[in-house]
Amino acid sequence: MALLEINGLGKTYGEGDGATHAIGDVSFSLDEREFVCVVGPSGCGKTTLLKCMSGLLEPTRGDVLLRGERVEGPPEAMALVFQEYSRSLLPWMSVRGNVVMPLRHKKLEKAEAARLVEEAVDAVGLTEFIDRYPWQLSGGMQQRVAIARALAYQPEILLMDEPFASVDAQTRGDLEDLILEVRDRYDMTILFVTHDIDESVYLSDRIVVLSPSPTEVREILDVPLPAPRDQVETKELPEFAHLRAHVYRLIKRRREAAEST
Amino acid sequence: MVAPLAAVALLLVLWELVVRVGIVAESNIPPASAALSELVNQFGDGAFWSAVGSTLEGWAAGLGIAIALGVPLGLLIGSSRWAYRGLRVPIEFLRPIPSVALIPLAVLIYGQGLQSKIFLAAFASFWPLLIQTIYGVQDVDPVATDTARSFGLGRGERMWRVTVPSAVPYIATGIRISSAVALILAVTAELVIGAAGLGREINVARSGGNLDVMYALIVATGLLGWVLNLATSAGERRVLHWHPSQRGVLT
Amino acid sequence: MRPRTRRIAELAVEIAVPAAIVAVLFAWTAGKPTFYFPPLSDVFDRFANTWVFERFGSDAWPSLRRMGLGYAIAVLIAIAAGTALGSSATLRRATAPVVEFLRSIPPPALIPFAIVVIGIGDDMKVFIIAFVCLWPVLLNTIDGINGIDPTLRDTARVYGISGRDRLMRITLPAASPQIFAGMRLSLSLALILMVISEMVASTNGIGFFVLQSQRSFAIPEMWSGILLLGILGYLFNLAFMIIERRVLAWHRGARASSLG
Repeated sequence: MALLEINGLGKTYGEGDGATHAIGDVSFSLDEREFVCVVGPSGCGKTTLLKCMSGLLEPTRGDVLLRGERVEGPPEAMALVFQEYSRSLLPWMSVRGNVVMPLRHKKLEKAEAARLVEEAVDAVGLTEFIDRYPWQLSGGMQQRVAIARALAYQPEILLMDEPFASVDAQTRGDLEDLILEVRDRYDMTILFVTHDIDESVYLSDRIVVLSPSPTEVREILDVPLPAPRDQVETKELPEFAHLRAHVYRLIKRRREAAEST
Repeated sequence: MVAPLAAVALLLVLWELVVRVGIVAESNIPPASAALSELVNQFGDGAFWSAVGSTLEGWAAGLGIAIALGVPLGLLIGSSRWAYRGLRVPIEFLRPIPSVALIPLAVLIYGQGLQSKIFLAAFASFWPLLIQTIYGVQDVDPVATDTARSFGLGRGERMWRVTVPSAVPYIATGIRISSAVALILAVTAELVIGAAGLGREINVARSGGNLDVMYALIVATGLLGWVLNLATSAGERRVLHWHPSQRGVLT
Repeated sequence: MRPRTRRIAELAVEIAVPAAIVAVLFAWTAGKPTFYFPPLSDVFDRFANTWVFERFGSDAWPSLRRMGLGYAIAVLIAIAAGTALGSSATLRRATAPVVEFLRSIPPPALIPFAIVVIGIGDDMKVFIIAFVCLWPVLLNTIDGINGIDPTLRDTARVYGISGRDRLMRITLPAASPQIFAGMRLSLSLALILMVISEMVASTNGIGFFVLQSQRSFAIPEMWSGILLLGILGYLFNLAFMIIERRVLAWHRGARASSLG
């Protein structure tokens, strides 16, 4: 059985003539320890899809199953990393406070919670900044704090909503490698939403390509690139270029088709 | 629109019931129906309208003087670095002085009539206007000033064409705040020193034991405050519509 | 002028101008005292005799107690009610006209009402002060809670943060800059209404003392009371600013970093 299953998911805002069909019909699944990227043209309802999957929004049609059980609200087995790190971190708390916050209601021993926090902060390489405030850190570092918060929560699935879209290109590469490293260390399943085609090919085991809104799955393709990935060597491989071009055509074709109608 | 009306109706019914059932003594609070019908009576009474007029007179004159003094002074202090630094501490010291502390002084100098009321209303509403104008002038975008400079506009013209327009939203906010303050002080002067107006009528009704009248007048004063609030807020929105602070409100 | 010299010159101006104003007042009232404007030295003298500390216990303390009590009650009620109203749009719409009307009543107009219902004792003054201080804090709390970033709400939900933790560690801190702005406004209102309520009906308090001094033509005493009120207003404002700076240090830091 798949870890997470999305069955015929659809989301419509409003009713009647004024209704907006954000998501038409989306189905795919995630296996354990898989890294899946969801990529689609901008404005294709990726964030809406992610919110439905994480239980923040109720889908209009279809359902999301976590180990066969229907997701009704945000489950404890999931953590979500938002694109807007500066708005999802609490500016009145230090890095430590932010990371420990979600653990407070988990009824852990104090020492156990502290260990989880320190381990997570170490995993993202921010140990020496643990007592700083988020706004004292750079954008890339703030997003690392958000990742550490998700790691300490010990989810089975980590959902990420264009997490690196607001940082510069250099930092972005570093964060991509960081998340691959963290995936191995924590043995997690990751669903990563992005509009960046290179990023999706570089990171994932499988890619789900979406159509423009009302969103449907265009194609699901495997990414048989060797691990560990490397920013220079992996991107030099002919398979990388081939996959990249393939995904690019899928997305571009959809756009042209949409424009010509 | 239904929920607010229902809430008002509910509150009035509650008021009526609480008094009728006897939870609150009728010697303290008359039933809502009595107070409201008295309010309607008052609307037909010339004396009521002359009290409203007196209160408004104090409000308008006080606010007018405050605007006439506060805005030009604010423009001057705000646009001169030296004046601002020199006067910052005195302003910070004078501003929080409750203007009501000057009531005895006003009585000594201006007596118990309209002049005292205007003095108090003007003194109290002067400060918000002054401070807002200074903020407004200091918040002028330096790029706008430099642009004007590069087009060869002189100091006076820059003031008139760049500084003043940019400060207008702040001044509008200052006027809204000051209007409420001026009304409070006008009513206070009527209540404490007995200048003619709604405040005095309320007090007279109380000491005469005319509770229906007293409550009707309190409601009327509230309505007056509400109307003035609506008017100044609407004016402020008109002036502010282009300003970034309002964009969040509109969307 | 070099920046350093300029800074020093500005500081000098900031100290010299106020000092000069006091000096001029001093000289002017000493040289040409009138009945209403006694020499400043007399006022200072009377101030020392009256408030340090002869009448402090009998007049200043009761005033401060009423003000503190009324303010504290108002802030507690306003934050609680504001949190409820800020979280529910329906509740907010339903109560809007009542709130709008009540806060539009010029507060002194309610003193006669309070006298009839509560009497002329301390409770009446505390009620009036609390009633006035309620609105700025209430409206600001509503705005603050209502304006919380949706991403922050989602974050709380995703990580299962709810109940007390969510209220105390996310919702209220997020709204705190606005709550503080309201509390600051209310603080100056508290002082004003303390004075008014004591002028209308009281047997002690600073407001009572000032009005009584005027009625018995004890002009330097009257001025000493006015001076005390000015100093109190200034000190309250200062104390509040210091507390706000400490509590909201994160807010200033976050704003500075998002602008820079």
